[in-house]
Amino acid sequence: MGKFFKGLCLSSLIALLLPGLAFAAGGGGVAPMVLVADTRKLDGIMAWWANMYNESHVQFTLLTVIIIPVVGVIFGLIADVVMTWIGIDLKHRELAEH
Amino acid sequence: MDWLYILMPIAGVKIFWPGLIILGIGVGVIGGFFGMGGAWMVTPGLNILGFPMAFAIGTDIAHMAGKSLISTMRHGKFGNVDYKLGFIMLFGTVVGFEVGAQMIMWLERIGRVDLVVRWLYIALLMFITYMVFSDVAKRKKKEREALRAGKELDKLATGLEWHKTFHKIKIPPMVHLKTAGIYCSAWLPIMVSLVTGWLAGILGIGGGLIRMPSLIYIVGCPTHIAVGTDLFEVMMSGLYGAATYTYKGRTELVAALIMLVGAAIGAQVGTVATKYIKGYGIRIAFGCAVIGCAVSVALKLIPTYFPGLRDFTDYAATVVVLAVVSALAIYITVRMVQGAKREVAAKKAFLGPQAG
Repeated sequence: MGKFFKGLCLSSLIALLLPGLAFAAGGGGVAPMVLVADTRKLDGIMAWWANMYNESHVQFTLLTVIIIPVVGVIFGLIADVVMTWIGIDLKHRELAEH
Repeated sequence: MDWLYILMPIAGVKIFWPGLIILGIGVGVIGGFFGMGGAWMVTPGLNILGFPMAFAIGTDIAHMAGKSLISTMRHGKFGNVDYKLGFIMLFGTVVGFEVGAQMIMWLERIGRVDLVVRWLYIALLMFITYMVFSDVAKRKKKEREALRAGKELDKLATGLEWHKTFHKIKIPPMVHLKTAGIYCSAWLPIMVSLVTGWLAGILGIGGGLIRMPSLIYIVGCPTHIAVGTDLFEVMMSGLYGAATYTYKGRTELVAALIMLVGAAIGAQVGTVATKYIKGYGIRIAFGCAVIGCAVSVALKLIPTYFPGLRDFTDYAATVVVLAVVSALAIYITVRMVQGAKREVAAKKAFLGPQAG
């Protein structure tokens, strides 16, 4: 796990140091147009989220980029617990074919 | 049945959320098993669910980043990720992708770029299909010959052996990729990542579909290492892509998180399934996925010559992609469940006499 997180941190740093050099996976150009979220039908956390989108794309992006990996790691750890409980060995792979 | 629909706060449309979870599971299974992001599968699925296309790519990439992270963590534990190789390839992938994307803008100014891209895509997919199935056929031939000679074929034997030729190029610096078990010139993975990144940039795809077979046939990685290392690359490009698309306001995080719920389950199933399926089993299934993708791209090319058929071919392309995704996801899930059952039973049988 330590090796994985070290790798993840270093890679994130590389990606941050190369702004504009990479395009997204599944990329292609995005046409310039302004999108505004309609918050009239929303309340609670959804309204807060949509308001943040309208007010600051920077904050919206920062939160998105933090939330996605955090949620991914949480789901991964939950799955670890469930699969270990079932009895699946998650640390070894016996098949060693090319 | 209103509770089955959720209002997307940014896009402002109501989406059938169980559909997003099912799509996430299917793409998660296939992505975790083959080591790819799967943008070519997600877009038609989101289309069917009525997702606005302005948000489709960004949402897809955001969920892909999370899903690939989960799969990379799991593959890392199995020892399937060669981080050194991943880092070497990261630079080439990024630079190659940018060159490809710039080239596509230049082609757009000339015109008819769609046609060029689609034909290139089909040619590439046909080449990958040829590589995979000729490799499988050659290995089977070797197996038969070994059997006739009364021997057993080496487990590490391969059908196509192009990587051995590439390994003979000794341009310094040389690198030892311990996890992959490869000693080669550092220029080999750099050039492979540049070319695959460039192709991905031109085609507007993540690149897993091209990078995974390249890692096997050119760099010479064992199948499982190719899958794990490719997912590491997908994760990195996915994180960066999620940031850039979100900054442009094109990501619907609520939908991405709902998909991630399904993808988290699917990615675990797909990744754990690689534990029970031999490398060549993965290659054959991958070949089938590539054929499905090629057919869908070919169907989208038909209206260029026969505009009247557009509605039919668009519909047929979507059906083909979803059928291939469903069939492969079911196959992988069944194999994973069978393997896990065998493993649990073997453990019980081992522990039973000891407990008694």
